[in-house]
Amino acid sequence: MTEQTYDAIVVGSGISGGWAAKELTENGLKVLLLERGENIEHITGYVNALKAPWEIPHRDRITTQIREERKVLTRDGFMHEANASYWCKDAESPYVEKRPFSWFRGYHVGGRSLMWGRQSYRWNPFDYEANAVEGVGVDWPIRYEDMAPWYDHAESWAGISGSMEGLAQLPDGKFLPPMELNVVEKDVAARIKAHYADSRRMIIGRVANLTEAHNGRNNCQYRNKCDLGCPFGAYFSTQSSTLPAAVATGNLTIRPFSIVTRVVYDKDSKKATGVEIMDAQTLQTVEYKSKIVFLCASTLNTAWVLMNSATDVWPDGLGSSSGELGHNIMDHHFRVGASGDIEGFADRYIFGRRANGFYIPRFRNLFGDKRDYTRGFGYQGSADRRGWQRDVAELGIGAPMKDALCEPGHWTIGMTAFGEVLPNHDNKVSLSRDKKDKWGMSVLEMDADIGPNEKRMRKDMANDAAEMLEAAGVKNVKTHDEEYFLGQGIHEMGSARMGSDPKTSVVNKHNQVWDAPNVFVTDGACMASTSCVNPSLTYMAMTARAAHFAVEALKRGDV
Amino acid sequence: MNTPPRQVMNRREAVWRIAVLMGGAMVGSEVLLSGQAIAGKAPTRGFTDDDRALLDEIGETIVPATDIPGAKAVGIGAFMTMMVTDCYNDRQHAVFLEGLGKINDACRAKFGTAFMDSTPAQRTELANALDPEQMAYNKTKSKDEPAHYFRMMKELAILGYFTSEIGCTQAVKYIEVPGAFHGDVPYKKGDRAWF
Repeated sequence: MTEQTYDAIVVGSGISGGWAAKELTENGLKVLLLERGENIEHITGYVNALKAPWEIPHRDRITTQIREERKVLTRDGFMHEANASYWCKDAESPYVEKRPFSWFRGYHVGGRSLMWGRQSYRWNPFDYEANAVEGVGVDWPIRYEDMAPWYDHAESWAGISGSMEGLAQLPDGKFLPPMELNVVEKDVAARIKAHYADSRRMIIGRVANLTEAHNGRNNCQYRNKCDLGCPFGAYFSTQSSTLPAAVATGNLTIRPFSIVTRVVYDKDSKKATGVEIMDAQTLQTVEYKSKIVFLCASTLNTAWVLMNSATDVWPDGLGSSSGELGHNIMDHHFRVGASGDIEGFADRYIFGRRANGFYIPRFRNLFGDKRDYTRGFGYQGSADRRGWQRDVAELGIGAPMKDALCEPGHWTIGMTAFGEVLPNHDNKVSLSRDKKDKWGMSVLEMDADIGPNEKRMRKDMANDAAEMLEAAGVKNVKTHDEEYFLGQGIHEMGSARMGSDPKTSVVNKHNQVWDAPNVFVTDGACMASTSCVNPSLTYMAMTARAAHFAVEALKRGDV
Repeated sequence: MNTPPRQVMNRREAVWRIAVLMGGAMVGSEVLLSGQAIAGKAPTRGFTDDDRALLDEIGETIVPATDIPGAKAVGIGAFMTMMVTDCYNDRQHAVFLEGLGKINDACRAKFGTAFMDSTPAQRTELANALDPEQMAYNKTKSKDEPAHYFRMMKELAILGYFTSEIGCTQAVKYIEVPGAFHGDVPYKKGDRAWF
């Protein structure tokens, strides 16, 4: 066993880990960034990013081979041939679904920052207060005011485009110029605004795609191939943004193929002394020492590392003293909404592939509205003219069908809701007693589902969408509810929740594990509730905040 | 006030909507979407050059040359057999393979000739009869049953054609790097769609 020593170890190189590496190295710490998968170089590693549709052999459809290697992900319908290699093979890294659970993992440098949806919204003040107000879960020990400067910080570096709206439920931030709603979306937005007296608003999505050059990165080229990696560096990823900043300090060492198997805990000092890894290729065990450890392995793998760090002192894992480690798994529930047809605008079209849509911020259970469920939801959607993939049943086959498909079809509009999931102790992950992965490690067992609050909310999520579209004059409005189980939103959160009491939470308000204060959890694992907005911007802000606290604490000798 | 009953979207439409939202991923055709339950009989044999030649002609009947080339020009027979081999499950593969015999049988029953020996007009007439047949079959079949063979051929012909270089650049328009987005540009009837 060999040993090496650093100031800080960061576990995981996705959105949170990249931010931890950047902030810690820029503050002078020598950092070891550990990534369990392979390296993907910025630009040159994006092997399919510049291929034309006809250069993708199966035209982006899932092959039997992909399906066999990644069976779980295939069923959700949005992994595709050109980016399948970015998704972890569940044949090698299985998990147990005691109840159905989709787990989308990116095992490579950059993690899911390469494939993420890029929608970037601040939580609002009510989000941080909701648990306390309703007596649900545990109260967040932080409030919007604690986070606001760190949202500023994260947005300013990452580059978030968006419009200033002045909405209390969706705070404005440090935005680059907004992208543009298209002609039909603008019309629908104006009608919704008028119909609901501006109590509901359809805005352009706030997205981590650059609308102008920013920090040496190019602006968005409107190719809508973000999830293949961007050769222009035009959306935020570890590779485009935080990793080059960390490398530039000269303080970063990055080690791919490093599966962190446990945090090494010293019961005398009651602190971690570092981590142990297994080299994913050589299977060799290596121990690294550090003053602090940042766990940013993605929500459930952060929980896995903590649970796998069991000792005599903590038989259920490091951070398990509250009994909440692995519990309170959450996500955003979705796959429910409505769509319809637009009459007119036959003489209007768009140019460019906008990798963004519209957003309708939450309006339920706010400002005096009261429903038979708590919390709320927002909508994402878009309008466009149908393309060649549309059904033209009445045209049969042959030249009439071909000629029709060469022209755009009529305009349609659709939206899907993303709803808040409440924390629930019974929604949990744990280590399997018998099932192992390719590396001989115990795998996770998922045992979680949505509850009655979410199920009641889903009725509004469908009906409100339909009602708004109808109010805007949309025709043939249809609802959809494609059933949902946890993980499908790829916004998994919880398992090491933040709180103010070590008896009921896993980390404190500075993201320090109560049982080992030099271990920080700053990815989705620390979340005590979910809001209904996409979580990544909050992870960025939370990680930067915790990193600065850690640097100051190290200077004071407090950790 | 009671909420009026609303129409519910079919699954293909709903999954397409969700996929558009999750980053614009291209959704597979209905056959490919349903290709998840892998069970049932295996195909009896692999594809031959004769199969590909027949599928070239079937594809050309579905997407014929007009003022721009048709499906045969993009090698649709080879594309269809590759897709069936690499992407379909065993049951779908078997149905597709049997379809090659069935389309010949149908052609003989209608015109007294094999598909390869029939005229373009006869092929078009046959395909226009098979298309409503597959649509009707699709409406009544159970969820786990494979689609009608002609639906498979139609979907693959359209997919293979419009995603080919000829399809992308002549039938519709494709720019690798648009460089900008404009949400309101004029359109007149006859202008090509964007890929």
